[in-house]
Amino acid sequence: MRADMAQHKALGAHDDSAAQLRAILRDVLGLEPSQVERFNDRTELFGSLPELDSMAVAGLLTEMEDRLDIVIEDDEVDGELLSTFGNLLAFARAKRRR
Amino acid sequence: MRTLAWPCPAPGGSGEEFALVAGPEDAAARVLLVPALFEEANKTRRLLAETMRALAARGVASVLPDLPGCGESLAPLELQDLDSWRAAVRRCARRFRASHYLAIRGGAVLLPRTAKGWSFEPVAGASLLRTMVRARTIAAREEGREETAARLLDLGRVQGLELAGYRLGARMIAGLERADLPKRSKRLVLTLADLGGEPLWRRSEPGEDPALAAALAARIAVEATP
Repeated sequence: MRADMAQHKALGAHDDSAAQLRAILRDVLGLEPSQVERFNDRTELFGSLPELDSMAVAGLLTEMEDRLDIVIEDDEVDGELLSTFGNLLAFARAKRRR
Repeated sequence: MRTLAWPCPAPGGSGEEFALVAGPEDAAARVLLVPALFEEANKTRRLLAETMRALAARGVASVLPDLPGCGESLAPLELQDLDSWRAAVRRCARRFRASHYLAIRGGAVLLPRTAKGWSFEPVAGASLLRTMVRARTIAAREEGREETAARLLDLGRVQGLELAGYRLGARMIAGLERADLPKRSKRLVLTLADLGGEPLWRRSEPGEDPALAAALAARIAVEATP
């Protein structure tokens, strides 16, 4: 949590990564807004969301690239990255700072 | 809704292809819907059918062709490339006497250069290909195999590639890599941000979005009707 706060600070007060990532997950997975609002760092994604098949994961990554203006390399994508909302958010923030 | 058969000399095909048609036969405004490509075509089909019905209610005729190798087509997908699809779009437009085009997603790369009409959430061929290749590498990794996008594409350019259940020929792969979006005036590029709605083409279970279909039809009917 503290590491997350530090990253948040580095991006400045206007970091909208969490809101953007929630919107992307909602759009790609067809979830209810109320469901994605409840996502926290420990919310499990890959494996526990039946909507996430390999095509959906690929679409999710493409949407993240387009909307967050980042590039995701193939070798950065693994089970851990997609395991929780917190991991995916930390990854997105780290990418956007570059 | 009715079905239209139209002459189309696609590689390996029967000489004709099929399309879905809606609206008054004598309508002056006649819109050819260029479908999204591959899996995205299936995921947006209900949205388009709904849009066609809404257009018909406004007196606008529309046609949604199956690209050769897709849907009801008897032509093998593996033999198709973007040029055979562009030729099919032109043929269908002629047969249907289309006055306008509405291209969905990757369908935008098939638009004739001088086409009158719109593209909806257009996407370049390379981006579409990248997502499909990525889905394959992710699926492979889940099965404990290691595939890289670069190696798959190298292979694909020579001998074709199976992506998301679609068997794409080498020329299709090479064509998609080069297929940029045509430069179009901003006004003619329709987006979810403008119209409201959800990216159904990203969903495993896309369902439909009647409000989006209505918004698309309203926008097009106003500008297409003489």
